[in-house]
Amino acid sequence: MNVVQLPVAKLVARQPQALQDPDWLRWSLVTIAVCFIGLFICLPLGLVIVKAFSKGLEAYWAALAEPDTLAALRLTLLTAAVTVPLNTIFGVAAAWAVTRFDFKGKSLLTTLIDLPFSVSPVISGLIFVLLFGAEGWFGSWLIEHDIKIIFATPGIILATLFITFPFVARQLIPLMQEMGSQEEEAALSLGASGWRTFWSVTLPNIKWALLYGVLLCNARAMGEFGAVSVVSGHIRGLTNTLPLHVEVNYNEYNIVGAFASASILAALAILTLILKTTLEWQQARR
Amino acid sequence: MSQSNIMPGFKLTIGFTVVYLSLVVLIPLSTLVFQSFRLNWEDYVHIISNKRVLSSFRVSFTAALIASLIASFFGFIVAWVLVRYEFFGKRIFHALIDFPFALPTAVAGIVLATIFQPSGLLGKLLIDTFGVQVAFKPLGIVMALIFISIPFVVRTVEPVLLEFEASMEEAGASLGATRLQVFNKIIFPNVFPALLTGFALAFARGVGEYGSVIFIAGNLPYVSEIVPLLIVTKLEQFDIEGATAIALTMLVISFLLLFLINLLQYWVRKRSGQL
Repeated sequence: MNVVQLPVAKLVARQPQALQDPDWLRWSLVTIAVCFIGLFICLPLGLVIVKAFSKGLEAYWAALAEPDTLAALRLTLLTAAVTVPLNTIFGVAAAWAVTRFDFKGKSLLTTLIDLPFSVSPVISGLIFVLLFGAEGWFGSWLIEHDIKIIFATPGIILATLFITFPFVARQLIPLMQEMGSQEEEAALSLGASGWRTFWSVTLPNIKWALLYGVLLCNARAMGEFGAVSVVSGHIRGLTNTLPLHVEVNYNEYNIVGAFASASILAALAILTLILKTTLEWQQARR
Repeated sequence: MSQSNIMPGFKLTIGFTVVYLSLVVLIPLSTLVFQSFRLNWEDYVHIISNKRVLSSFRVSFTAALIASLIASFFGFIVAWVLVRYEFFGKRIFHALIDFPFALPTAVAGIVLATIFQPSGLLGKLLIDTFGVQVAFKPLGIVMALIFISIPFVVRTVEPVLLEFEASMEEAGASLGATRLQVFNKIIFPNVFPALLTGFALAFARGVGEYGSVIFIAGNLPYVSEIVPLLIVTKLEQFDIEGATAIALTMLVISFLLLFLINLLQYWVRKRSGQL
């Protein structure tokens, strides 16, 4: 064995430059990457923080204590509280069906689950206006029964549900595919019930990916703008979510107010990133 | 169901999946198609061939194309640096890549507009030194779309670079290849399909992007008005037919492009022997 390996090893040793990037290239690439990320990511991140506090903490609290901001915050939290659990249950069910069984049309189903990713947010809002708007399919029926969906909370929730639909499923499907079902089959053959198997075998295995999917889903549910903007009607204090409230303030040149609301959302984004990174490090350590 | 599957819950999970998918996604989305049946062909052509509509399509697709090309180039470098090199602050750098994913688009929009507006931090610098105005111009759209494209490219390329077998490079090196040859003939062809996927995802997202763009674009009809904004404008004027026709066209074009890129990817993979 040694006799065969030696010449190759020698050859490789003589050719280290073919395996490693020269120092000047390393440095230039790192510089390019750092500048690019600095410009497009660190600068925006820093600006949100600076702008929110530019008029001092008091202006910030005043902007946040405004009833319209609080109403927007409440609506945003309510929307996330409804959509995230629903899409999480769906994500787990879909991942279970797709990765634990073989059936006809499986790849079609996976493609369809991803569909909302490739639909423009504005179109995602438009389709609900077509269904439930005043001139929509159910428009006259809804008016007759005095039910408001568009320009009201249900419309906002429906549009957000559509937008955040694939997030949890997308995280779970590749992982559960890779894990295979041997462990679950073992538990089942030892007499565990289906639910028991899920709770004590599957769930512990997928919990980090599940949590990450939930985080992403939540970040998007709270931050969605385009789709919600179409169905909301921008009624202050009633149908403005936090991102819409940011837009309204910005367009009225209330820059401090806009950035105060924006910084809540940015804080949420940063929190999401921190949790995500912690999860990744935890996984890497195991 | 195949084999002697003892896994329980098929009917429950598949039933829930299909019903929920239909209610939340398929039925709402299909209304767009049915709604457009109400239009006859001439009306449709009339709406779409309007000069303002055509301009908005040109603006949206050109900006998304340029932005996703730029993001693919730099995104590849970022992924490369993250996988191959060690440097100070790498872990934080790595965590920051997902920031555009996590940041709500409206916040991204006002932040980028503030940075690039003529009196802004970078906007002033660019005008003073190069005489280039970014905000409220088509260039502003490109900047916003680069921002949202970064994670798509980096996160698709990164795992492929990570799993890349060192032995393939060693084989090339031991046969006398230079570093450039190793990169051109071994590394790049293997990473290319992933880069293409990242590009496609970024492009598809860019074409439909609304929140991060409208604050920085200036939204001048014929010049910097994007398709999603035009749909919103039509809706606000209660022109449901116009909005539907434009939306359907955009959806069809996006799906066609994604399909073409998938086809191209299949072809590239097949050629490089990955399939």
